[in-house]
Amino acid sequence: MGEPSLTRRVTVVNTQGLHARPADLFVRVANRFAARIEVANGRECVDGKSILGILTLAAEQGTQLVLGATGHDAHDALDALARLIEQGFVTDEAEHATEGTG
Amino acid sequence: MKFADFVCLQAIRSHLEADDKESVIREMVAALVEARKLPEAEHESIVKAIIKREELGSTGIGKGVAVPHTKHPSVEKLVGTVGISVDGVDFNSLDGEKVQLFFLLVSPPDRPGDHLRALENISRQLRDDTFCKFLKQARGSEEIHQLLEEADNNQFVS
Repeated sequence: MGEPSLTRRVTVVNTQGLHARPADLFVRVANRFAARIEVANGRECVDGKSILGILTLAAEQGTQLVLGATGHDAHDALDALARLIEQGFVTDEAEHATEGTG
Repeated sequence: MKFADFVCLQAIRSHLEADDKESVIREMVAALVEARKLPEAEHESIVKAIIKREELGSTGIGKGVAVPHTKHPSVEKLVGTVGISVDGVDFNSLDGEKVQLFFLLVSPPDRPGDHLRALENISRQLRDDTFCKFLKQARGSEEIHQLLEEADNNQFVS
């Protein structure tokens, strides 16, 4: 009631998509905020604080997601989560290095 | 993607003997080698790659479930297997709980989409607590196979 409810559209940029580690990171960041977080891919909408939820989206590179946040810190939450996705989950690069694949 | 598309039935282990993280990975990779889904010569290199991935962050995703995995050039298509530890194993899970249910995946390096779809299937099915509970209680690999088949036929997901 009276709490901000915001959405933001983001595109998955990292080549591996939202696999286990990015999903873990996303959920960790989401859980720092009080706001309720939802993530939708056009087919379904999942709890942004659940790793099983995020993995269910199977979001590949290029997938458009809509992030939704409801709560007093909704704006900050969306900023942090959108940045994470748009910067390609910084740690994803480390995995490329260990795999030796491009 | 369905379980039947990537789970090797001959490599299912309903009673893992291993009682620590590394030996669970070893035992499950050995099961896939035995089932001829992975080349014997690559056994050690695959185990090492999976352990290296775990060092970046545990794949114990909560609810007593872990999905140890790696990409490896020795496979042309995604292969996986299921293992159950009756007593549970400390896997440094995200929620700190012991892990009883393991899905181990090895995928070709150039197919990130397949890996994502396998994770999608596993996580979608595991959101159903009944499926999760039945799997952990399964007594033999035949029972696990049956549960996976039922999940593939959408008998758990509402």
